[in-house]
Amino acid sequence: MDFLVVQFLTGLAGASSLFLVASGLSIIFGVTRIVNFAHGAFYMLGAYIAYTLTERWSGALGFWGGLIAAALAVAAIGALVEIVLLRRIYRAPELFQLLATFGVTLMVQDLSVLIWGPEDLVGRRAPGFRHSVDILGQSVPSYDLLLIALGPLVLGGLWLLFHKTRFGVLVRAATQDRDMVAALGVNQRWLFTGVFALGVFLAALGGALQLPRDAVSHTMDLRIIVEVFVVVVIGGLGSVGGAYLAALLVSELNAFGILVMPTISLVLVFLVMAVVLVVRPHGLFGKPEGPPRAAIGGLIRPWRPLSGAERLGMAALFAAAALLPLVAGSYVLSVGTEILIFALFAASLQLLMSAGGIASFGHAAYFGLGAYGAALGAKSLALPFPAALACGIALGTLGAAIFGWFCVRLSGVYFAMLTLAFAQIAWSVAFQWTSVTGGDNGLLGIWPPAWASSPAVFYWITLALAAAGVAAIRAIVFSPFGYALRAVRDSALRAEAIGIGRRGVQWTAFVIAGGFAALAGALFAFLKGSVFPDNLGIPLSVDGLVMVLLGGVETVSGAVVGALVYRALSVVLMSQTDYSKLVLGLFIVVLVVAFPRGIVGSLQALLPRLRRARASSIGAAALRPAE
Amino acid sequence: MSAPLLSVDHLSKSYGGVKAVQDVSFTLERGELLALIGPNGAGKSTCFNMLNGQVRPDFGRIRIEGRETTGLDPRRVWALGVGRTFQITATFGSMSVRENVQVGLLARHGALARMTGFAGRTLAAEADDLLALVGMRDAAERPSGELAYGDLKRLELAVALTNEPSLLLMDEPTAGMAPADRVELMRLAAEIARARRIGILFTEHDMDVVFEHADRIMVLDRGRIIAEGTPATVRRDPKVRAVYLGEGHLFGSEAAA
Amino acid sequence: MRTGSVWLAALAASVALGAAAPAALAQQGEIKIGEINSYSGLPAFTEPYRKGWQLAVEEINKAGGVLGKKLVVISKDDGGRPADAVTAANELVSRDKVDMLAGAFFSHIGLALADFAKQKQMFYLAGEPLTDAIVWSAGNKYTFRLRPSNYMQAAMLAEEAAKLPAKRWATIAPNYEYGQSAVAVFKQLLSAKRPDIEWVGEQWPPQGKIDAGPVVQAVAAMKPDAILNVTFGPDLVKLVREGNSRGLFKDRAVVSFLTGEPEYIDPLKDETPEGWIVTGYPWDSVKTPEHDAFLKAYQAKFNDYPRLGSVVGYALIQSAVAIINKAGSTDTEKLIAAARGLEFDTPFGKSMFRAIDHQATLGAFVGKTAVKDGRGVMVDAVYRDGAKYLPSDEEVKKMRPQS
Repeated sequence: MDFLVVQFLTGLAGASSLFLVASGLSIIFGVTRIVNFAHGAFYMLGAYIAYTLTERWSGALGFWGGLIAAALAVAAIGALVEIVLLRRIYRAPELFQLLATFGVTLMVQDLSVLIWGPEDLVGRRAPGFRHSVDILGQSVPSYDLLLIALGPLVLGGLWLLFHKTRFGVLVRAATQDRDMVAALGVNQRWLFTGVFALGVFLAALGGALQLPRDAVSHTMDLRIIVEVFVVVVIGGLGSVGGAYLAALLVSELNAFGILVMPTISLVLVFLVMAVVLVVRPHGLFGKPEGPPRAAIGGLIRPWRPLSGAERLGMAALFAAAALLPLVAGSYVLSVGTEILIFALFAASLQLLMSAGGIASFGHAAYFGLGAYGAALGAKSLALPFPAALACGIALGTLGAAIFGWFCVRLSGVYFAMLTLAFAQIAWSVAFQWTSVTGGDNGLLGIWPPAWASSPAVFYWITLALAAAGVAAIRAIVFSPFGYALRAVRDSALRAEAIGIGRRGVQWTAFVIAGGFAALAGALFAFLKGSVFPDNLGIPLSVDGLVMVLLGGVETVSGAVVGALVYRALSVVLMSQTDYSKLVLGLFIVVLVVAFPRGIVGSLQALLPRLRRARASSIGAAALRPAE
Repeated sequence: MSAPLLSVDHLSKSYGGVKAVQDVSFTLERGELLALIGPNGAGKSTCFNMLNGQVRPDFGRIRIEGRETTGLDPRRVWALGVGRTFQITATFGSMSVRENVQVGLLARHGALARMTGFAGRTLAAEADDLLALVGMRDAAERPSGELAYGDLKRLELAVALTNEPSLLLMDEPTAGMAPADRVELMRLAAEIARARRIGILFTEHDMDVVFEHADRIMVLDRGRIIAEGTPATVRRDPKVRAVYLGEGHLFGSEAAA
Repeated sequence: MRTGSVWLAALAASVALGAAAPAALAQQGEIKIGEINSYSGLPAFTEPYRKGWQLAVEEINKAGGVLGKKLVVISKDDGGRPADAVTAANELVSRDKVDMLAGAFFSHIGLALADFAKQKQMFYLAGEPLTDAIVWSAGNKYTFRLRPSNYMQAAMLAEEAAKLPAKRWATIAPNYEYGQSAVAVFKQLLSAKRPDIEWVGEQWPPQGKIDAGPVVQAVAAMKPDAILNVTFGPDLVKLVREGNSRGLFKDRAVVSFLTGEPEYIDPLKDETPEGWIVTGYPWDSVKTPEHDAFLKAYQAKFNDYPRLGSVVGYALIQSAVAIINKAGSTDTEKLIAAARGLEFDTPFGKSMFRAIDHQATLGAFVGKTAVKDGRGVMVDAVYRDGAKYLPSDEEVKKMRPQS
């Protein structure tokens, strides 16, 4: 009994740590509608700067002053990021902001290695809180008690701030109606900057407060960010009280869960989130979101299938690609094969994002399931190569059918987060179920049979399948079903009124996209000869999003070009530099801000203008100005 | 004598204690134009949303040609031959004008699950006929996202007609349009209704439109029907005059959109 | 004109002379080792490792290279992803035409490369990966491994643990293959030596995401006499701090994998727990001529002390060169034949690649942790020769696919 009480207290301390960071994320989302992926990076910067300051300044004042000063410094950095970067993309869909802040995260990771070195840093213990207190015969660190008190204090402080100050009242008004606040003559821009800085301050303070408990390392950001996302989503986006309750729920469930089932930690938070979202689609205290911002930026002229001449062009490109083995060596062919696989993967995600208007943040799950399905088919069932591929497609499709059934019940950010949760659950299963998946050590020896094993033949097989896949996805986009999918995206209200059910259509698209992603994954398994849990991981899901965005989210299959450029770029970067994250992060940020239409989208926007310059036809192809 | 096209009995709905619609009953016949008017917040939109299944009533029945539709979702209601236009137009912005209509036609033919063939070429002639009916034939190729508001309203009407409805629900069909266009659009709708024997229930702020085109008028105030009858009867009704005078509107003058 | 031709003649002579000099002779052709590691993903570990092999390459080329050719290491980053490691390996093999592959830190990347090597019939020398699978269950003809494996570390620790009076044991390990197999082997070996031991509980925090407070509390509730720890890095820091504040380690023996390696013990500074039995590398107290030479050269070149990774990186090149020298060629089959049973030098003394499973007999130091001058050190450290901590040949044959 005594033990359980102390375990509860320990859970409370964990909840407070989590809440500090989560509250900042929630506030930022509530007002600016930005899903701030860089929140983890600010948390990490808070810890690093606090380390530097507390090592220099001595005494209790030096320590506590160092923590606060670090949080303030990071808040200033956050404000700078908001002014320089985020202000430019407030009106863009959530996806753009998420990717921009993800780019910032990548850059901060490499920068912190450059500044603070690669080794883990262990900071000072808090003066006056080095020891533990005896509670019911058990030792509880006094620092834990401090944290336990801090959570509700911050919660109360935020409540006072939002209810008793002019700033707070304006912030709450802005949360409800941004345009109205603008109409009141309040400078909305500075209000947003202020809110962003406040949220970042809380994240950095949360990081700095870990100094006496944790090691400061350059992996801190990713360790916390996913968990914090989950907490905010469980609590309801924008709800600070919800965030506290969710942090409490997650921490206590973990503290007691590990007593019953010591291996539960990894999946626990995601299970909780999945259950909460299925029961309450907007989290514990969340309100339904307003109409989602168009999944697509400034809309374009209606999509058209390729004209006869364009088809000939595509056929010529395909023929040129098929001739590559005649000139290229086996390394170039293996990279080419990889690019083709990612082109198919990105095209499958684009079906969801562009035609469906729904952004999956866990699309790698189906890629990975395809890879594992193929690997298990080849290893455990001893299936021949084509059957193993089919086995991969089957597993990925099945996974998409099950996960998708839950996901399409939600929309917007909640949809994205639930897809992420399912992907993490699939990842955790692959990571921990060693007897079937090989766990972290993966499944090895998944090579194609002798007739398909030469780089050229495998390249041709992949080319044929990927081209067929992309063509099939295009055909689906222009088929009646594709129109239904776009109808639901454009106006769910109108679609329902003419008998098109949103969920059914989106679920079907989800399953199709999952199936094509699984084919890509199955090919990938045979290309690499092995399958690992990271084939289902978040980084791969993000890669997919970047490829679609790079190609042009407003296009039908620009993702193919996006995959080509992005994959080739990362292969070169990996090969040439140790700071690939810095370059890639910068690349993503520039892309989002300067070229939101992507490569193909920008070209398409350019072409009609050129054509019109030549022949002054009716203004049929006019572009609607971007919002 | 067959059942009326639409019959509504004792329909009620409240939101958190506020009674949005109370005990509303009426019928509508084919070919008839019935206007539902009343000040802002009178419950017109709630009433509409219950009729096409977007909102579930707390109490009461809705029947279409004798078939119970209470509690059916919008898709089922649509399948029974109910078309709908929205106060703020809802069209498919990424498609051309013709494609908007084609989607409606494909839905009517139950063909939207097909994953082969180019949808842009199917049922094009039928779509163009409907567009011609609303005077949009020349704009068929244009992106619907760039249409003027009045044209969007026409397009919406064409889409609502794709399932050859027997009943058309039009929520403020002329809101946001220039006065001349309003009269023209409503005249168009009335012609179509009479030619195709469609019953139309519409709400409207513009009293010129209402009194010129409606066969019958119902006046809703605070969730209840306070008057019903021909335009001439309603115009003389003292209760109606009180409601509208209290609101500061006068008959014949233009209501704020 | 005349003076010009004199100059020309002098130039020609000096070129001829230069070509005749042994150093320039070594430039005639290169022997290329393709090396892959997680430089961007895990710099704290791979930087010292890189310095280690760079030092070895420099020394070897100064001494005339290999087979009269210059030794070149082409190094690639895998970003911590096995798929990218395979891409890099492909580039090294098909484009750079390297003569052998080497490297990897993570076990799963090592396994992916081993499998790639088997498929492409390339010689692969794994440096740091710890997993037993790489030489046993997933072992293949083309793959050799240098560092003392998970099993060997467990065997060294179990030997010490068996001497403790403790009977009730609890374990804390990260929940993935490394942690799982470390616990399994340790349990098996210790229970074999001490049938009276009782395993009272396990904690499996997620790797990199330990919620240390509840874990410490849960282990304390099991009331063990001794604890086996397999966590490392930031997880270990959190565990130690929570454990210290909550008194978990008071009057309890703790046996811990790898904690004595500078990579893991250095960050703990004055919070290093005292008296843990660990495997590791006490760089400043190894007093052998081989190590002295290595230490001096390393400190002179980098102005830093070596970590365990530095030793592995250095020995990786030493052993590779020994293999190539013995093979007298870079033909893969000849390299394999040469490597089997080959004895080579390392900063820890002589080591050997076993013919039976291609595991090197490089050992590790076993000792206790202590705090000295505000930093964590290993005391009473004794070098354990890896050869003595491997299972019998029959057992190995059972585990390793025979091909």
